Amino acid sequence: MKNIRNFCIIAHIDHGKSTLADRLLSTTGTVSQREEQDQILDDMDIERERGITIKSHAIQMQYKHTDNVDYILNLIDTPGHVDFSYEVSRSIAACEGVLLIVDASQGIQAQTISNLYLALENDLEIIPVLNKIDMPGAMIEEVADQIIDLIGCEREEILEASGKTGQGVEKILEAVVERIPAPKGDKDAPLQAMIFDSVFNSYRGVIAYFRIFNGTLKKKDKVKFFNTGQNYFADEIGVLELNPLEKKELSVGDVGYIITGVKESKEIKVGDTITLQENPCEEAIKGFEDVKPMVFAGIYPIDSDDYEDLRDSIEKLQLNDASLVFEPETSIALGFGFRCGFLGMLHLEIIQERLEREYDLGIIITTPQVTYDCFTTKGEKVVIHNPSDLPDPSTIDRIEEPYIKAQVITKPEFIGSIMNLCMEKRGVLTNQVYLSTSRVEITFEMPMAEIVFDFYDKLKSISKGYASFDYYMTDFKAGNLVRMDIKLNGDNVDAFSTMIHRDKAYNFGSKLCKKLRELIPKQQFVIAIQAAIGMKIIARETISAMRKDVTAKCYGGDISRKRKLLEKQKKGKKKMRQFGKVEVPQKAFLAVLKLDD
Amino acid sequence: MLSFAKKYLMAGIYIHIPFCKTACNYCNFHFSTSMNMKNDFVQALLKEIELRNIYLGLETIESIYFGGGTPSLLEAEDLKQIFEALYKQYKIASDAEITLEANPDDIDKEKLLVWKQSGINRLSIGTQSFIERDLQFMKRVHTAEEAKKSILLAAESGFDNITIDLIYGVPNQSEMDWLSNLSMAMDLPIQHLSCYALTVEEDTILFHDIRKGKTAAPIDENASTHFDILMAFAAENGIEHYEISNFCKPGFESKHNTSYWQNKAYIGLGPSAHSFNKISRQWNIANNKKYIDALNENKLLFEEETLTKTERLNEYIMTGLRTKWGIDLSYIDEVFDKKKELMNKIGNEDQSLFEWEIKRSKKGTAFIYKLSNKGMHFADRIASNLFFD
Ligand SMILES: Nc1nc2c(ncn2[C@@H]2O[C@H](COP(=O)(O)OP(=O)(O)OP(=O)(O)O)[C@@H](O)[C@H]2O)c(=O)[nH]1
Ligand code: SF4
Ligand SMILES: [Mg+2]
Repeated sequence: MKNIRNFCIIAHIDHGKSTLADRLLSTTGTVSQREEQDQILDDMDIERERGITIKSHAIQMQYKHTDNVDYILNLIDTPGHVDFSYEVSRSIAACEGVLLIVDASQGIQAQTISNLYLALENDLEIIPVLNKIDMPGAMIEEVADQIIDLIGCEREEILEASGKTGQGVEKILEAVVERIPAPKGDKDAPLQAMIFDSVFNSYRGVIAYFRIFNGTLKKKDKVKFFNTGQNYFADEIGVLELNPLEKKELSVGDVGYIITGVKESKEIKVGDTITLQENPCEEAIKGFEDVKPMVFAGIYPIDSDDYEDLRDSIEKLQLNDASLVFEPETSIALGFGFRCGFLGMLHLEIIQERLEREYDLGIIITTPQVTYDCFTTKGEKVVIHNPSDLPDPSTIDRIEEPYIKAQVITKPEFIGSIMNLCMEKRGVLTNQVYLSTSRVEITFEMPMAEIVFDFYDKLKSISKGYASFDYYMTDFKAGNLVRMDIKLNGDNVDAFSTMIHRDKAYNFGSKLCKKLRELIPKQQFVIAIQAAIGMKIIARETISAMRKDVTAKCYGGDISRKRKLLEKQKKGKKKMRQFGKVEVPQKAFLAVLKLDD
Repeated sequence: MLSFAKKYLMAGIYIHIPFCKTACNYCNFHFSTSMNMKNDFVQALLKEIELRNIYLGLETIESIYFGGGTPSLLEAEDLKQIFEALYKQYKIASDAEITLEANPDDIDKEKLLVWKQSGINRLSIGTQSFIERDLQFMKRVHTAEEAKKSILLAAESGFDNITIDLIYGVPNQSEMDWLSNLSMAMDLPIQHLSCYALTVEEDTILFHDIRKGKTAAPIDENASTHFDILMAFAAENGIEHYEISNFCKPGFESKHNTSYWQNKAYIGLGPSAHSFNKISRQWNIANNKKYIDALNENKLLFEEETLTKTERLNEYIMTGLRTKWGIDLSYIDEVFDKKKELMNKIGNEDQSLFEWEIKRSKKGTAFIYKLSNKGMHFADRIASNLFFD
């Protein structure tokens, strides 16, 4: 046990965690030269395509230290995006230390701070690493000062490295062994292992990743999952090298995986404690608070026959991603589907993409929204996850919406435009601190609904990318909120309904109608698109009837080209949903998110 | 493949001449505006004529079509060599339809005589419009006057099967303009007329000009109205509307083009040309230099796709709907065994888009679906709705 080190790599998004992990893996020989590739731990298609980490990824390394002793280093690479901060908190719970990476060309950013706090709350040893020092724009001393200010360390404690060139990587490995404490715990005590992650494998079922805090786990042991109370056999246990490596026994301090033959996603809860049926531990390890979804949206199959498939797929995704919550719902427009909770808009996008790609499902996502608390005149509280749950307006006393406290770190020159953006988004400035002459932290409070749509993109563009953003939810406050509906040829399409502040409804409604006019293809008849609050129409657009759809020329070579085109159109049609007579393409349902494009 | 193709007695040959004087703004055909490689091309073409003759086997060739590009740029000697090679390698019917596409600016007495003598019996004259403004918009090299004169001259020289192309839906072309184009065509000695809606194809000058805002885009509504005018005009003047874009005096349907819509075999010679033997379709590389180089090494450079049964069915539906011959349910039943399914699909459509006809013959009763005039406006959408997966 004294030769084990468990640590994770945390940082603001894109500061180079996964690239640095690559170097640690190659330096320790965990990944052979042949296997090497950039950000090797980002093994999901989506991660590779987008160049970001979405899921934490644990991997074990063998390392011979300068003292000539062999160490086992369990590394967990974590995501940097704010939507996935819960992945960071879980990884932290399995570790004794962290590498806090700071991009030397960017300096401290919003998630550097929030992730650091997570590590501090868990009393982890912090090893600050100034990364990307190879970059021409690296501001080594300036950023070192920022780090000293932030965590109160000595200059010498800050390591300098480049994940790109490999510079400084040896020093990091040495520091991991020397500075991060070995795990504590009693090998002979009753087993206490905490599940910090799980994945679904279609052949093996549910694979749970755990960290042993006390005791020993052997293959074939009869285990009990403390919180769910379920009993299983440890069919297979092992450690997580680049590929899982089976072991007969794992003991205190180890990070490993267990396969119990569980096929049902729901059966295993991340944060649960594994113990033995014989001689169980007395209490569970403190797990995690359930992650609270911030944004809700309906997910519906385009083809209603796919409903059961959709349920299966969401359940499987949920296993990989405990932050995804869902419950069945019905929509007048879309039929049977699910109301799902997401951590943020990136999370929503990723779930959508994964459902379509990994499970080959055509889905429609309805307008995302936050949760509202609606209080009726009788004093009842109705929780609104879906605009159509809103009670009759005459019975509503008030509607409350969630507020967040948001931190933006930026350059002083952008303060003005960022404050304007916040005001436009109903925000109130509460604090402004200069972290240095060139960096300022602005704190404000604003309704969470305002960041759902385009806040992040706008922030990025007005600050030319020099603003980082972090937020957490604070409380609910009453607001002048209404439900805006969209009608197509007079019929309400409930999937388009949105909760919105009354002052913004007109502008929003007219933009949305315009966008829908662009996205809904011309059809045989005229289509009226209207935005309404209650009975009152607040915006209107018309799509004229399609007059022609015919190719002029169709000779030799045109024939196969045309056939292929029409076949493609036919497929595209399958991605349309029909409301009354009007066919609406899938992408129209997320139109609200792209109103300013 | 040989034995299969043999079953079909009629076949056509398409020859692509990939050169033009300048580029018209709407055109996405394959052509080069440099004549440098013309002689090498002709030699390569002669080679291809020889190499391709196995594709159809020993079929009788019922039609030959010189398209382009601008076949009227070929010189007498070029044509002579090409015809020699064709007659040597293929069995060509004595009454074969032999068409040459010609641009008005290339037509003179001398050329007409050469064409006539070489056996060309049908001319397709690229007129596009009799309105100067339209011609300039489309960046055509000839004038309206030249177009008229060339048609008259062709008739005087003994061509009694002349077709012209007209384009409608051109920005700023009014309904009156279009009608005047049609009347002008009627007054000229032509037997056949192809009318196309101006279409913005990618990779054309027009496409880029519109994107840059240099040029107005054609408006669907106008094209649609022009199409209605065209159909009404044809009906009034006893002109047969036998394919969406093709019209003729009775008996003057283009044999060659009709073979495309009636699922007949053809070979395509020259860069970018397509060949079809009812099972597979091949298309030559659309690059003059590579085409020539490959044939210098006695190689054919083409891609090929083999059609599945469903794809053949879909093509039958798509092309059949475009013509007055329509789609024949008994044929669908016999060959594809999908009659019921297709009837159901048609049943789900707006019936005013269709017309139907029952034909009795010795072979039995045929039930034929065609598009109504209204349906013609939506031929693509209807075809894709009727497609099978
Ligand atoms: N010049 C230079 N570029 C680096 C270095 N490390 C990473 N990068 C680049 O920075 C970008 C982000 O690197 P990642 O390793 O994916 O960053 P990350 O922190 O894992 O990102 P998330 O997981 O999405 O938060 C990539 O384009 C890398 O190539 C470095 O040391 N030097
Ligand atoms: S329309 Fe005819 S002449 Fe004009 S560029 Fe195209 S092929 Fe050449
Ligand atoms: Mg990463």
